Amino acid sequence: MAEIIVHRKVEEITPRRKYTIAVVLLLIAGLMTGLFVVTASHDAFTTFGLTPGGITRGSVPDLVLPTLEVLIGLTVLVGLAGIYQLFKGFGRFTNLVLGLSFFLFIFALLIWTASGKSLNLGGLLKGSLLLAVPIALGALSGVMSERSGVVNIAIEGMMLMGAMTGALFGSITKNFWIGLGTALLAGLLMAAIHAVLSIKYKVDQIISGTVINIFGAGLSSFISSKFMQTYEYLNNPPIFPRVPIPVLADIPFLGPIFFNNNIFVYVLMILLIVMQIALFQTRWGLRLRSVGEHPKAADTLGINVIRTRYMAVLLSGLIAGFGGAYFTLGSIGRFEELMTAGKGFIGLASMIFGNWSPVGAVSASLLFGFFENLGPSLSLLGSKIPNQFTSMLPYIATMVILAGVVGRGQVPAADGVPYEKE
Amino acid sequence: MAPVLQLKSITKRFPGVLANDHIDLTLQQGEILALLGENGAGKTTLMNILYGLYQPDEGEIWVREKKISVHSPTDAIRAGIGMVHQHFMLIPVFTVTENVMLGEESLRYGDFLDRPKAAARIREISTKYGLEVDPDTYIRDLPVGVQQRVEIIKLLYREADILIFDEPTAVLTPQEADELFEIMRLLVKQGKSIIFITHKLREVLEVADRIMVIRRGAVVGETTPKDADREKLAAMMVGRAVNLEVEKESATPGDVVLEVRDLEVANDQKQIMVEGVSFEIRAGEILGLAGVQGNGQTELVDAITGMRRPTSGSIRLLGETVTYATPRKFTEMGSAHVPEDRQKDGLVLSFSIADNLILNTYYKEPFARGVIRQEKAILANAERLIEQFDVRTPGPLIHVGALSGGNQQKVIVARELSRPIKLLVASQPTRGLDVGSIEYIHSQIVKKRDEGCAVLVASSELDEIMELSDRIAVMYRGKIIAIVNAGEVTKQEVGLLMAGVQIDLTDAGRKKGRVKVESTF
Repeated sequence: MAEIIVHRKVEEITPRRKYTIAVVLLLIAGLMTGLFVVTASHDAFTTFGLTPGGITRGSVPDLVLPTLEVLIGLTVLVGLAGIYQLFKGFGRFTNLVLGLSFFLFIFALLIWTASGKSLNLGGLLKGSLLLAVPIALGALSGVMSERSGVVNIAIEGMMLMGAMTGALFGSITKNFWIGLGTALLAGLLMAAIHAVLSIKYKVDQIISGTVINIFGAGLSSFISSKFMQTYEYLNNPPIFPRVPIPVLADIPFLGPIFFNNNIFVYVLMILLIVMQIALFQTRWGLRLRSVGEHPKAADTLGINVIRTRYMAVLLSGLIAGFGGAYFTLGSIGRFEELMTAGKGFIGLASMIFGNWSPVGAVSASLLFGFFENLGPSLSLLGSKIPNQFTSMLPYIATMVILAGVVGRGQVPAADGVPYEKE
Repeated sequence: MAPVLQLKSITKRFPGVLANDHIDLTLQQGEILALLGENGAGKTTLMNILYGLYQPDEGEIWVREKKISVHSPTDAIRAGIGMVHQHFMLIPVFTVTENVMLGEESLRYGDFLDRPKAAARIREISTKYGLEVDPDTYIRDLPVGVQQRVEIIKLLYREADILIFDEPTAVLTPQEADELFEIMRLLVKQGKSIIFITHKLREVLEVADRIMVIRRGAVVGETTPKDADREKLAAMMVGRAVNLEVEKESATPGDVVLEVRDLEVANDQKQIMVEGVSFEIRAGEILGLAGVQGNGQTELVDAITGMRRPTSGSIRLLGETVTYATPRKFTEMGSAHVPEDRQKDGLVLSFSIADNLILNTYYKEPFARGVIRQEKAILANAERLIEQFDVRTPGPLIHVGALSGGNQQKVIVARELSRPIKLLVASQPTRGLDVGSIEYIHSQIVKKRDEGCAVLVASSELDEIMELSDRIAVMYRGKIIAIVNAGEVTKQEVGLLMAGVQIDLTDAGRKKGRVKVESTF
């Protein structure tokens, strides 16, 4: 019986990387000392509000922390991690420790900025969640399409069209349900174009995606500037109201953040769970993934590759259209040109960062949402850091994450490769 | 008894080629029918028609005396026809269970996968047919031989009783191939019928009940192993008498050309594939690198051609240390490389033959003056090499991707051997080639040796190693476990070394171990 050969691995963490990370950890500790500990005033307290404003259900009292003591504690923690890394090393936990230290740094930054003042942490987190919704929907849209082997960079364009039609028809009918329906339809139509181009005509999927992005941006801007900005009644859709979920909304701290939102957040949560289970536990998901990994193998087993890919791309379009509707029908209540502002692309980054899995992709989206929310929250508190720097945060985070963490991911093997039956 | 399968007058035309020319084929229950032919003879086309991947232009398919039409693999599967493809149709990131059940999933609670049930069924099949495999492992973690077993299980899981094996031994070691033949015999004993496609004569003689030979899309003859021998089959296959033995004088080794010390090389997954390997090759000798695929030969060859950076150890070429040198440095020092994957590392498929022939000399006189290409010199070079190396092509400006595998390999060989070289590293030089091309490439390698070139031939074809080599180095799990003189070992002994069995190769040890060695085969 042939046995399985197990090869010894080259050490993942080379000595050089080990020391580099030790130095980085110590630098973070140094930075925390220099920036925060030294400048923090004695006897000052930081107050964290834990319930987002305007919500009463599930509210909890504020958290009051002694600024300097906590800052020293956090700094010492990071410093100790650095010293441990220098002499012993965290081994395979190294990246995790680095990530945690980074978060401790952010937490210290919050405590320091809000020293002597009050910061609504619950509001910050809830804001992050709401900013993450379109990113996460874009990411799920990408996962759906790319798991079947079709690269979909057209999510941005699909979202824009969804946002525009949602606002337009929502305004005309004064009904957000109809608005949502038309937004889904817009996403579906855009996806159909992408599907026909890239599956039937085997156009390079990046080009097809780019074409749709340009088309979506152009058409939505044209309709917007020609009609919606001129006639106000065409750009005034009703917004989905917030619906607290019984019982869950009363959970202290978590309830107000997660379970007191509008339908978009709940659908995202349900979609996340359904997709995660469907992709990995059902026949439907097994076949979809097989088409994205090895279409020829799937074909020889009687699975219709072309039909599966059409289905996946169309579903991807529906999700993107839904994500687009969030902008106009779920949060802002009117359409502005190019209002998706790259959320579809950040969604794609989240998908890659999340290793093409729904849970990973949505987690990454939450991270991006948090960074996007951090800047404005800090400048609101009168932070001494210029807001140009804080608003860079989400993009720096994107680059660092894509450059540093990604690379070992599991791209579906046939992603972006048109299927030809010979 | 009525035949299980009959193909009647199957014809398939591709633009410019008659791939199958009125082929008739009959398969009886419980027999192994070998379909023998060179690459491009039309064997695979015929089987793809049977499996529903192609549609025939003419002809009929009858299964158990019923005419069927096969428009897709699903139709074939329904008719009880299953195929083990030459390139495995397995998904590396799926488990054995997932791969086997795909398309025919066991379900529970609606659409949910019932993995335990499918796994139990796989275990049942494993036991019945002696196809041992763990249903829960991922395909990417399995050796090729076991992956092939999974392919067979896939067919049995679908209750196929006409099994097509398309070049199944191309990726196997001699031992694994023998195991496969055992499995095939067991399968026909249990009532299955097998069509076995191959171009390897030894295997046909060993395992087939009946042999059908195909040449240029048409059946040229039928025989049985009893009535045929290697020479006769080769002649039927190629259409002329073929010399199967490599003719060579004994070697006269000169100075050391390549010296490798304590080399350690990792693959892309950072697994150490080559561990503490040391050897040397002298001018005028051929060192054969034998080993089961995946035991580090690929990484070793990559390292000594500059394509992969060793993690430790040293490589010296003509006395100069080149451990971390670039491929160009190796080339310029007089090292030639015929890579394992000719389409990926050997050629730019979309470039013309002429350009592919100067891939590593394009920047030098006479092919370039400064930054300007010298088209005349490039064309003249191409015409000369096409003539000299017998590349079958309509012209030098045809893109290489349009050539057959054998001719592509000839382009690489022409490029590498036409330079004045001191070292030739050839990895799987004849993989997938027809008998005629193999004959030619072998003679070219021996000719280079006789001119005083040091040669390393890495091959998973044991026959090739035995015939070409002056010395044989056997790799097992990243280490060279023996270096022996070719004349002093038998094929069986090298086969055992490849499987990691330590054997005593002294005369005394041989006498003692003789019985054991023979009983293994």
